[in-house]
Amino acid sequence: MPINRRTLMAGAAGLALTGGLATACGTNTGRGGGGSGRPRLSQWYHQYGEAGTRQAVGRYAAAYKDADVRVEWRPGNYEQQSSAALLTDSGPDVLEVSGPTLDQIHSGQIVDLTDVIADVKGDFGQAVLAPKTYDGRVWGVPQLVDTQVLYYRKSLLQAAGVRPPRTLDELVDAAGRLTTAKVKGLFLGNDGGAGVLGGTPLHAAGLSLVTDEGAVGFDDPAAARTLGTLHRLYADKSLLLGAPTDWADPSAFVQGLTAMQWSGLWALPQIKRAHGEDFGVLPFPPDGPAGRPAVPVGAWSAAVSARSGHRDAARAFVKWLWVERTDLQEDFALSYGFHIPARTSLAARADRLRNGPAAEIVRFTTDHGFPAQPLLWTPPSQTTYQDALNRIIKGGADPATELKSAVRKAEAELRRMRKGS
Amino acid sequence: MSAPGGERRRQRNRTFWFWTFVGPFVAGLALFTYVPLAWSVYLSFFDAHNTVSPTDFVGFGNYTAMLGDPAFRSSLLTFTVFTAFIVPATYALSLGLALAVNRLRFAQAFFRSVFFLPAACSYVVAAMVWKMSVFNGVRFGLANTVLGWFGAEPVAWLAATDPPWYWLVIITVRLWLQAGFYMLLFLAGLQRIPVRLYEAAALDGARPGWQTFRHITFPALRTTSVAVVLLLVVGAFQAFDEFYNLLSGARGYPPYARPPLVHLYYTALGQGQDLGLGSAGAVILALIILVVTVVQARWSGLGRREEY
Repeated sequence: MPINRRTLMAGAAGLALTGGLATACGTNTGRGGGGSGRPRLSQWYHQYGEAGTRQAVGRYAAAYKDADVRVEWRPGNYEQQSSAALLTDSGPDVLEVSGPTLDQIHSGQIVDLTDVIADVKGDFGQAVLAPKTYDGRVWGVPQLVDTQVLYYRKSLLQAAGVRPPRTLDELVDAAGRLTTAKVKGLFLGNDGGAGVLGGTPLHAAGLSLVTDEGAVGFDDPAAARTLGTLHRLYADKSLLLGAPTDWADPSAFVQGLTAMQWSGLWALPQIKRAHGEDFGVLPFPPDGPAGRPAVPVGAWSAAVSARSGHRDAARAFVKWLWVERTDLQEDFALSYGFHIPARTSLAARADRLRNGPAAEIVRFTTDHGFPAQPLLWTPPSQTTYQDALNRIIKGGADPATELKSAVRKAEAELRRMRKGS
Repeated sequence: MSAPGGERRRQRNRTFWFWTFVGPFVAGLALFTYVPLAWSVYLSFFDAHNTVSPTDFVGFGNYTAMLGDPAFRSSLLTFTVFTAFIVPATYALSLGLALAVNRLRFAQAFFRSVFFLPAACSYVVAAMVWKMSVFNGVRFGLANTVLGWFGAEPVAWLAATDPPWYWLVIITVRLWLQAGFYMLLFLAGLQRIPVRLYEAAALDGARPGWQTFRHITFPALRTTSVAVVLLLVVGAFQAFDEFYNLLSGARGYPPYARPPLVHLYYTALGQGQDLGLGSAGAVILALIILVVTVVQARWSGLGRREEY
């Protein structure tokens, strides 16, 4: 019976209510300073898939002397949880965000961290720090860098007489020729790629979601042509669809369901264990005359909630962990999963990133990296664009018409953002 | 002590115990249902991005924006079509099951339980089983294994849009989950039909089977039918669980088979956090359900007393 959905709606409404009442009730989270005089801070992380990360962040928190930091590990829809928690006083003091979103900045939900990061600002890549910066102020301290690349099986390509694709057309062609009764050519996620690719094909065509000047970046016939090419992958039946796991998990590639897969850097250790030397990595291949290889770069960053009762203590903690303790940052990025440290100085001296495919991927991000989640690209723009991309890839919808509505939505959102500032 | 005084005290006592027992539930209902409901209506008139205590009054702006959104309109349309299909289908299947089980001379309790059991299963769990094992898109999924015996190519059930196989997955999981529960309602209805009606019909020469069903059983089930259809319609418009768990990925929900509630979920919760717009959508949806229910209740005479 409909209990789950009721719980959801009641929960959402209840959450909204808590936010309203919380101002009146004050805090009852037990954070209100321990007897020891050290403030108690609550820190949130989303659930990392790799073993050991959870214990590690617990150790970092315990090592901090100036506050009693309690780590909360949040499985499930982290974005939903953290967005809702920022509405209330009972949320975290310090939290991990994949954004922050511009709406969070505009509505004053998170705290300005410019002076926290000031000393080391130059040590972060532009693609990493730009989406955390608005009007010259920094709102999140990057914790680690993640990226996505195309993994391919060398032996399968060789057997099919296909060379690693250097253009989008070659990719479509290769995927078709690699497809057999048992193995599909390419895996872009179970939705056919609309979700994970996002702005990547646009960058491959020399465009972007939002330009540096804050205008829509894909109001261009080249965008329609490139996205239309992606439909050929679907129409040729060279895409793996309906796999038990999605693009973020290398299982489909590891189990030999597909010859090529678009996945994250984090998948590299697992792929290496399964295929040894029999795989290679590529950026998303360029398309058209203005094309360039495209590598999306995203970074989880540490933010401080404006509703925190101990804002200064929280900022001090963020500074200690994510600015000063480079040893812990290195441990966090490299000892458990497989990520690039957010600081370029740390990334440069990390042994695990020195050779083989890992080194290539690091080079891709420096040469071709672009921010996967630009600050001015809001969730409503994203939803409309992703719907359009989905209809283009799977429905064979006319790219020009579909993109027109996405452009309109994005323009409206950009206007709203300018008004909100 | 005078009699009226005792009377008054008894009355007071009764009031006291009434509120002792009912009070907590009324408070809970008010706090967790009515206040959020009212709050949501309040929010729907404000620009409430990332806040539940907004100040920027926008009148009906959120309502016009919501109704002007093609994605929301298409989700409403999809769900009208879905309702038009799933309600009769569930109705027919559960009535059929009830008639079959009701005729059993042995093991009735066993079959009743067997058909009812899926109703005890969580929508989320059932959706996962359907997605991961039954309608898995690769060659070793159950449905694709069966197809393979006949030499057919594997079908990506949830990802293929042409033909829209995902409806098969959605509809089968919903039927599997719901039919048993409504079968139970029909069984209860069937057992309330007086035997003398059948005896009288038999005396008048009605043949058992279709004729008896058409003229005795079906009309006598009117009250149950009305209730079942009403519940099914409301349930169809509130669809969320199995849709969300079957079709959503880490990066959102595809633009097809998207129920209104899923659309609102991405608008209001999540990173969108446009609580005003989401609330407006919720109010619109609630009004639609209200109108449909009232019209249906009027039309079918819900609550009218049945006479045999």
